[in-house]
Amino acid sequence: MGELRAYAALASAQIRSAATYRSSFLVELFGNMGATVFDVLTVLVLFRATPAVGGFSLWEAILIVGLSSAGFALADFAVGNVDRLKTFVRAGTMDSVLVRPLRALPQLLLMDLPVRKVLRVALGFTVLGVALAANDIDWTPPRVLLVVLAPVTAAVFFGSIFVISASLAFWWVDSGEIGSAFTYGGRDFTSYPITVYGPWFRNLFAYTLGFAFVAYQPALALLGRPDPLGLPAWAGFLSPLVALGAVVVAAAVWRAGIRHYRSTGS
Amino acid sequence: MDHRDASVPTISRTGPFRASVTTFGALIGSGFRRYATYRQATIAGTFTNIVFGFLRCYVLLAVAAEAVGNRPAGYDVEQLATYVWVGQGLLSVIGIWGWTELADRIRTGDIAADLLRPVGPVAAYLAADLGRALYGMLTRFGPPLLAGALFFPLHTPARWQTVPLFALSVLLAVIICFGCRYAVNATAYWLQDARGPITLWTLGSGVLGGLYFPLRLLPEEVAVVLWVATPLPSLLQTPLDVIAERDGPALQTGLVGLQAGWAVVILAVAVLVQRRAERRLVVQGG
Repeated sequence: MGELRAYAALASAQIRSAATYRSSFLVELFGNMGATVFDVLTVLVLFRATPAVGGFSLWEAILIVGLSSAGFALADFAVGNVDRLKTFVRAGTMDSVLVRPLRALPQLLLMDLPVRKVLRVALGFTVLGVALAANDIDWTPPRVLLVVLAPVTAAVFFGSIFVISASLAFWWVDSGEIGSAFTYGGRDFTSYPITVYGPWFRNLFAYTLGFAFVAYQPALALLGRPDPLGLPAWAGFLSPLVALGAVVVAAAVWRAGIRHYRSTGS
Repeated sequence: MDHRDASVPTISRTGPFRASVTTFGALIGSGFRRYATYRQATIAGTFTNIVFGFLRCYVLLAVAAEAVGNRPAGYDVEQLATYVWVGQGLLSVIGIWGWTELADRIRTGDIAADLLRPVGPVAAYLAADLGRALYGMLTRFGPPLLAGALFFPLHTPARWQTVPLFALSVLLAVIICFGCRYAVNATAYWLQDARGPITLWTLGSGVLGGLYFPLRLLPEEVAVVLWVATPLPSLLQTPLDVIAERDGPALQTGLVGLQAGWAVVILAVAVLVQRRAERRLVVQGG
């Protein structure tokens, strides 16, 4: 109970701080939403030049970008702040996080509660909702289950990627932007049908790292389209398992990182 | 004070011109050395640029594969690949993202020290930024271009004037980008916390600068309005269109001319904002 109270205190301190700079907070609230607006806008603009991208129509592509955006926004809201870890490691502030009698990860997340990212989550789910309505989906019970699970598993997957990328800082203090290649890069990768990518690049991101199961495979399963790349129809339903695997890896990497942490001493 | 010689580090309209040039050069050098310190971050950033290069290039080539005549917005496949990879190389040279130094110094009150120096803050920060851009050009520009050339067919410039025009265009883009960032950061003089305007800038400059997709894919009237009424397409779209030879020689040169106009306007805005701010500044931190 005491622990929960401590977390609540951390969170409410952040809300008070957001309320202090009101205009900046409002601009950030809408600015963060703008990121998702532009992701969708990019898809619309690309489709001005062509009727299909990678063999997929506009509305099918919007379904893919909707799944990806909803999942990413949710993950960014919940654990995106973990990417500040590298600042804490470099400045040595991580020491003060570790000596407190609370777990390190929740502390880091609540030290900068991203209330400003709330609208973006709402928008991500709105895009997904519009795409679901616009596509002609044959609603069977498994598909209803999938549409509920898919954004959540996408968020869990992205959240694990956020934690793994941030943990790099434990071994490589100056890792700089390298994590973005997998977090924001992963978001961009999953925003398009993976048929557009070259074979080796696709094998690496989609199947080795698992990004195919964030949006592409669930979208195929919802649409009832056979996979042009040859995976069976039920592959979309594997998403929760892939996300679970990512969580296991992320937890292991994080624990190893915390054990490996040496204070910079400054 | 009228008898300053070249050994006094200053930049002023009344002082000797040579002293101003020497000082400006020294500040560029220090900016260069400052960023050259972060070698590992340079490697990490380059890796990320290359990953995003692959992502954007594959998507645009997929668009080209199914577009009318395989030429979306008038770019052929090689021009599109060049557009993406040169864009990834230029990203950290132009430096659209992540500069909050001025806003941070205003918020903490450290700006007081800058105002005491014999060099105006706009000139001093511009020099440091040119040094940063020069370091970026030497380290961050080449690798993505090389990666792109290894995996995709790139466009080889056909006209002799393209490469010098591109160099000029990049320099102007660096100056315009600096001026914009300075003005955005300077809102902290009034707001204390400039995170909001910086968020808007980060979003707007990426998408309207031509990073996510070539602006020529937009309806033509929208693209023209953006180009003429805002400095944003001058940040990336213009240098990229110049090197990809998207347009004929006249329009190619004209776009760089438009950039020059924007560079003058934006620097004037930065100086003006700075002057207005100094008149009302209350230094934070007591």
